Amino acid sequence: MKRKIYFGDRLFTIICHVLLALFALICLFPFLLVISASFTDEYTLLWEGYKLFPSKLSTSAYQLVMQTSQLGSGYLVTIFITVAGTAASLLVTSMMSYALSVKKLKIRNKVAFFVYFTMLFSGGMVANYLMVVKYLHLKDNLLVYILPALVSPWNMMLLRNFFATIPESLAESAKIDGANDMTILMKIVLPIAKPGLVTIGLFYALSYWNEWFKAMMYMDKENLITLQYLIMKILRNINFANTVAGSVGVSVNVPTYTSRMATLVVTIGPIVFLYPFLQKYFVKGLTVGGVKG
Amino acid sequence: MAKASGLKAKPKKGSDLLYDLKHNKFLMLMLLPGILFFVVFSYLPMIGILIAFQDFSAAKGILGSKFIGFENFRFFLGSPDSFRVTFNTLFLNVLFILSSMIVSILIALMLSEVNNKWFKKGTQSLVILPHFISWAVIGLLAEAFLSSDTGYINRMLQVFGMEQISFYKDAALWPGILTFLNIWQGAGFGSIVYLAAITGIDQEIYEAARIDGSTKIQSIWYITLPLLKSTAVLLLIMSVGKIFNGNFGMIYALVGGNTLLYPTTDIIDTYVYRQLMELGDLGMSSAVGLYQSVLSFIMVNIANWITRRLSPESAIY
Repeated sequence: MKRKIYFGDRLFTIICHVLLALFALICLFPFLLVISASFTDEYTLLWEGYKLFPSKLSTSAYQLVMQTSQLGSGYLVTIFITVAGTAASLLVTSMMSYALSVKKLKIRNKVAFFVYFTMLFSGGMVANYLMVVKYLHLKDNLLVYILPALVSPWNMMLLRNFFATIPESLAESAKIDGANDMTILMKIVLPIAKPGLVTIGLFYALSYWNEWFKAMMYMDKENLITLQYLIMKILRNINFANTVAGSVGVSVNVPTYTSRMATLVVTIGPIVFLYPFLQKYFVKGLTVGGVKG
Repeated sequence: MAKASGLKAKPKKGSDLLYDLKHNKFLMLMLLPGILFFVVFSYLPMIGILIAFQDFSAAKGILGSKFIGFENFRFFLGSPDSFRVTFNTLFLNVLFILSSMIVSILIALMLSEVNNKWFKKGTQSLVILPHFISWAVIGLLAEAFLSSDTGYINRMLQVFGMEQISFYKDAALWPGILTFLNIWQGAGFGSIVYLAAITGIDQEIYEAARIDGSTKIQSIWYITLPLLKSTAVLLLIMSVGKIFNGNFGMIYALVGGNTLLYPTTDIIDTYVYRQLMELGDLGMSSAVGLYQSVLSFIMVNIANWITRRLSPESAIY
């Protein structure tokens, strides 16, 4: 077989590589900048601005950050809700998704619509707030991070599609061999669905890890707020300082530039380190669950 | 329950439920916690829609508060804010949806041209990475680039002897900045689905095209893009349904209370939040929330109607 290689094709491939590398670099650059800023000497940063290769290094920002009590409690709260929340969400979601993927369940389409409808229409921010605070009395309670976020309709649908790709004949032959629903689920379905479960688990873990809105709405106690809300609070102080910039230099509430960056690095660190190990799972899970055959 | 099995000829409403309760107890039990969750956290709060028609006071509750008809809506729709926040929500979302769709497809196309496994995996990891960072963190990252005195961009401008830009005081710049950040955060992640669709295309089609003398760009234009159309249309329609739902986390993190930027960045979601938390006007906040829900509901139905006409199998209901 003869294969022509056009000059234009080679050029096109090169351009693709260059543009991709460029976009990847744009994605990476802010992280590098922040890491280097967190190791910069405070005055050097103020004098030279953010630089990839600062002239004077220092670890004092990290020493300062480690002494902040809120960071410690923030970490504990965030890890707790991420672990406990992901486990609870995964359990409830996978049970529901599995049941809705079994064809012999007659009401499955009605229940699917019941879930889908919640994506279209909601009572709104005020009603949710009243529900949580007035009726469930969850203000200043760690459960407020987990319960209202227990099942994401989107994740539930994704996982249901994933379960639905498992051939029904597998379950049927096990049934003939005398297995009950529970055994079929534990021994056959769950092991096959592992990539899907890991994907959904990762999505849940991320949304718990990145939670800040509920901390803002429902937490008055400082030691119960999440890491991300800590970042948000720092950010709000800066925003405030920006609007009045010029008249006031640095407000007392605003942490120093480098310790701000150190807080940021400490917050995103675990995700950035864990992420490469998990990537192959969710690319696979998302592809199977999201695209119809 | 005995009735349901006895009346096989005339299936009654709800007989499916009775059938499942009898024959699929285990599956029904598995559904229970999830259903309970949606009842408590999605369906019961829907009663709260009534608040939108009330002069609501938390002390009196929903039952005790006075109904005032459409007063809250009239007040909101009569104020100049209503047009501004609706327009901003719509305008920003149109920018976001179109730009990230185009960039996602471009990334997927480029990734599919890469043969080197190492390069492919590396770049894919990097472009997806920003999706896993919260908007709070992105807000702080953006600050490092955009602030006037220490910001990276202004320092660079200084180096080249150009004038500084006060990003946080110029509202006109923000639709562009937000669009860029939205692409930065989501386009790589969005490319996963398109790449999967491209990988699923039969390689023989390309081989045949190549033998017929087609260049790569022609192959993409005449083979890949037409085959991506159904995926793209489906995703587009799904986002059209959410076009009146602004990205609260993004705006709150990047703009926050900076009133100078409100003209181009204040969206329905941030407006509702301010009515609730800063002004404590629950009735008004609910009314605006309901206004948004109704608009979304209409959009979803329009989107679904269009899908059903174009490709019935991808319609949602």
